[in-house]
Amino acid sequence: MSLRLGLLALLSSEPKHGYQLKTEFERATGGMWTVNVGQIYTTLDRLVRDGCVEISPGADADQKQYRLTLDGYDALGAWWRALPHEDPPPRDELMVKVLLAIATRPDEAISVITAQRTAVLELLQQRRREQRLATERGASVAQVLADDALVVRAEADLRWLDLCEARVLHAATAATTPPTIPTTRATRATRRHADPTQLKDAT
Amino acid sequence: MTPILEVDAVTKCFGKGPTEVRALTDVSLAIAPGEFVALMGPSGCGKSTLLHLAGALESPTAGHVRVDGIDLDSLDARARAALRHTDVGFVFQRLNLLVSLTALENVMLPLEVAGMKAKDARGHARTALRRVELPEPWERYPDDFSGGQQQRIAIARAIVGERRLLLADEPTGALDTISADLVIELLAAISAEQGTAVVLVTHEPRFAAWADRVVFLRDGSIADQTRAAPPGPALDDVLAGSSA
Repeated sequence: MSLRLGLLALLSSEPKHGYQLKTEFERATGGMWTVNVGQIYTTLDRLVRDGCVEISPGADADQKQYRLTLDGYDALGAWWRALPHEDPPPRDELMVKVLLAIATRPDEAISVITAQRTAVLELLQQRRREQRLATERGASVAQVLADDALVVRAEADLRWLDLCEARVLHAATAATTPPTIPTTRATRATRRHADPTQLKDAT
Repeated sequence: MTPILEVDAVTKCFGKGPTEVRALTDVSLAIAPGEFVALMGPSGCGKSTLLHLAGALESPTAGHVRVDGIDLDSLDARARAALRHTDVGFVFQRLNLLVSLTALENVMLPLEVAGMKAKDARGHARTALRRVELPEPWERYPDDFSGGQQQRIAIARAIVGERRLLLADEPTGALDTISADLVIELLAAISAEQGTAVVLVTHEPRFAAWADRVVFLRDGSIADQTRAAPPGPALDDVLAGSSA
């Protein structure tokens, strides 16, 4: 997403000046996204140019206040209603690396998966420690939720790596094990009668 | 410094002959006092077997398991039971709380079984229940508490009397996410603040990530492990205390 949409969201409650937008944006995103005040003013200038934001009349000339226009409210409403899209397709390094390892180095794929899983888990441990410290220092709800989002994403990567391992091992077992005929009670009985020793015992 | 738990080249087989199943193969692992270690791996990888060996619930087919330097093989059945009542605590997904006893009586029970007088056991049990932050009154029965609170009673029972090793097998399996998070945070705090080593078996990375070290098992062997976390002040104190 763009900073532009974040500023529209923050301005929807009341007019604000540039530095106030910077601090509120960082607080609302749990410290996950830091911006410099120059980026804020550049983005505000573009929003004014596009008619989504205007300078609040009667504001102090030294400290301009900005407010949403009707077009700005429309643009923000459209964003709240829009579904997150998945285009372009996910191409994160972890996924591509593991897929390429499975395709090109099948004998070593498990060790690549294992090493990646250890690395992701170490990252998750690090985030947990940071989360614990932040909680002890009285973290805001936004900070806790932002940390939760990072933890949950790392968990998703780990679950996917578990699946990769299970499927690669399953495929390797299937390739080396001769196909077996499922043995139901009926097939076991048929085999017993087909066995000459069993027939001899029966007679 | 002696590890509180040392698993030395352990192999464990169940059954014999054609029905033999090998659960662990040549596994070695050392856990320091106050360390929090998570065991992860797919079903059937041997993590629960490893926990049962550490708690003297099973014996290895080959190799040695030592708790605080004592080889469990050298102990007779009575001494092993005593070890489980005094040094090693267990927490399972199934709480195994006695419904006819109050929370306080459940926590007193292992100490009384070990021969402690009721008055002393009550004092230790109160300390443990305060440690797990179970809301009073403690004279209520387990069914009067929520699932998360019942797990806290089980943890209090497992740590009562200052045990040095806590073994937890999927302790969050029956809990909702928030209650489960609180239980794991409690285990982490017990390890960091009391110097009790904790071994946690879990399928959940979010819980394993609380541990100082995560050990992955696959097909009965250690496949990999994360680097041990740098010791915090509490662990430093424990190490300094043990070398003094």
